Amino acid sequence: MSTQYKNHPAGAKAFNKNPERVSWHDKALWFVREKRDKATHGIPEWEELREIAAQIKAHTLSHLDKYLLQFEEQAQANGIHVHWAKDAQEHNDIVLSILQKHNVKNVVKSKSMLTEECGLNPHLNQHDIDVVDTDLGERIVQLAKEHPSHIVLPAIHKKKEEVGELFHEHLNTEKGATDPTYLTRAAREHLRDKFLQADAAITGVNFAVAESGGFVVCTNEGNVDMGANLAPVHIACMGIEKIIPKVEHLGVFLRLLARSATGQAITTYSSHFHKPKDGKEMHIVLVDNGRTEQLSRDDFRKSLNCIRCGACMNTCPIYRRSGGHSYTYTIPGPIGSILSPGKDLKKHSSLPFASTLCGSCSDVCPVKIDIHTQLYKWRQIIMEETNYDPAKKLSMKMVGKAMGNPKLFKMISKVGNTFLKGPRVLIYNPLNTWGIKRELPVPTQTFDDWYKKNNS
Amino acid sequence: MEIGLFIPCYINQFYPEVAKATLKLLQKYGNVTYPLSQTCCGQPMANSGCEKDGVDALKVFYDNFKDFDYVVGPSASCVLHVREHGAHLYPTMAPMIDKVFDLTEFIYDVMKEKELQAEFPHKVAIHKSCHGLRGMRLGQCSERVTCDVSKQDVLVEQVTGVTLIQPKRADECCGFGGTFSVSEPDISVRMGTDRLKDYIESGAEYITSGDMSCLMHLDGIIQREKLPIKVIHLAEILASEINSTTTDKEKAYVNAV
Repeated sequence: MSTQYKNHPAGAKAFNKNPERVSWHDKALWFVREKRDKATHGIPEWEELREIAAQIKAHTLSHLDKYLLQFEEQAQANGIHVHWAKDAQEHNDIVLSILQKHNVKNVVKSKSMLTEECGLNPHLNQHDIDVVDTDLGERIVQLAKEHPSHIVLPAIHKKKEEVGELFHEHLNTEKGATDPTYLTRAAREHLRDKFLQADAAITGVNFAVAESGGFVVCTNEGNVDMGANLAPVHIACMGIEKIIPKVEHLGVFLRLLARSATGQAITTYSSHFHKPKDGKEMHIVLVDNGRTEQLSRDDFRKSLNCIRCGACMNTCPIYRRSGGHSYTYTIPGPIGSILSPGKDLKKHSSLPFASTLCGSCSDVCPVKIDIHTQLYKWRQIIMEETNYDPAKKLSMKMVGKAMGNPKLFKMISKVGNTFLKGPRVLIYNPLNTWGIKRELPVPTQTFDDWYKKNNS
Repeated sequence: MEIGLFIPCYINQFYPEVAKATLKLLQKYGNVTYPLSQTCCGQPMANSGCEKDGVDALKVFYDNFKDFDYVVGPSASCVLHVREHGAHLYPTMAPMIDKVFDLTEFIYDVMKEKELQAEFPHKVAIHKSCHGLRGMRLGQCSERVTCDVSKQDVLVEQVTGVTLIQPKRADECCGFGGTFSVSEPDISVRMGTDRLKDYIESGAEYITSGDMSCLMHLDGIIQREKLPIKVIHLAEILASEINSTTTDKEKAYVNAV
């Protein structure tokens, strides 16, 4: 199982015990960020496209009730069963009851961060239903009994040697095999059987269209189509923020999604679903699970714009160097760090601080979420409402008071300055986390003193 | 023109040369005063999640600077804090927010400087500090599909003898991030180390920036690891005397070319 770290610094520290791995992880994701740059720079109207997308999202979120009901009506008219789940538990119960009704034992599932968020797999396993994740990366982490470390590249933390080892153990590939093509073919063969045996397919949803009652799922592997077209029952699970008003809006979002996610012009498969095939069933589960609460928060509403492209992870210099498992939430990286405090402020209190507020996440975001501003705002709430880092809280209060009193502040600065001229062993103690791997600046004549001498 | 010189607290304490260079640069444009009772902008509290504890600092800032035509400081980060948060944290200061400038902005946008008289015959890489770059849009951000002028580049190019060096990653964060540098020391140092490697491999002798805090962090690693590169604030390059930083050998080289 992936280790659950108590906070981000602990996870980051563990990941950084292996500096070569950090370099490798950083480079792999920076490569994706560079591919994204190349793809977006081929679109001169990129910034305009982002703006349009952000406006469509703002409009949709402010009329969410209307569009969800319109979607329900259209989907039902198309012959899709529509279910509403207020939280993860309800979602899991709904999915389970559909599966039990059909006496399902084997499920194939395509990538869905929502079912990960709801903990669907363990819930179904408890009821003797086997779930096979069919996205290659997700299958890898599933076999390793881990969680995705990235929302688009779930196994980006795994080296090909580790995948080879895992496949040798579970899929009988040759020991020591590391060739990606060989390993992928083995996975493909293994998954073919699972697709053919499946009694039901579960998929995620990238976009649900209110006016048509249809939905779109994007993959590069075609596993959605394979699962949903073969199995007699298709259950699509979606967060309620995935709704868009019109079919024509897909022309905006599909262009943004693939370029932001992987630097592709479009995903290999953009699969459109509208109604069940004759004799088959199609269900869609609309899940809230904290989304309406987030919608009610003025400062954080925009986080629901997210189309799960993962660009903020690829660009985040902290994510690249701490790995997805260093975050305490299902969705790692910058976007996870603004979504998670609203779910459990205490549990995820270190996440908004796992950032230098460099702002790169906000600038790559295809739907213009002001991620770093929201990180700043969560920090204020966390320090006000929780007992996170009481030492910092106290020191900030004291320093703040001193800064309001010029005479006191100058005096304290002088004392600090003198201290820094003192013996090295006193300055570089274990409490000085700055000094573990860095020198402190060397004190000198202050500008105050120089200015007094030369300009008055 | 009355200019108030805003010197961030840590620059006052540790980097007086940066303050002197800023003073010298600004004196070209107006009457510069350095109010001695200034303390800090309050950013350390705010970015730590304790913005209300920084209000007193903003009050002191307001009291010291409210009467100037312009307030200029050699730190995009501190100036950005005042501009982004000053008005909502301490509403009294709202009317003065538009008068507060980072040094680059002031020289480039307000004074529209075209002819800096300075000489710095070295290979220099500009570290685009995040608050200057993405907060103030001082230059082209690698994430965006825009055509923005990189103002610091334009200013540095006016300095005689400078060779601008481009690192592989144009604008990746150095990992300082205020209290981030001590609450996440592993990542912070790793980020700084990676940036330094990039600058060194690109062949730069100096890393310059409009934010001394990034440079303080990078220099902390340089000094500990004894790395072959130096840091210098942008103000020091823009204010460098003609010939003063040049050795005779370098002068001969410059003259020959």
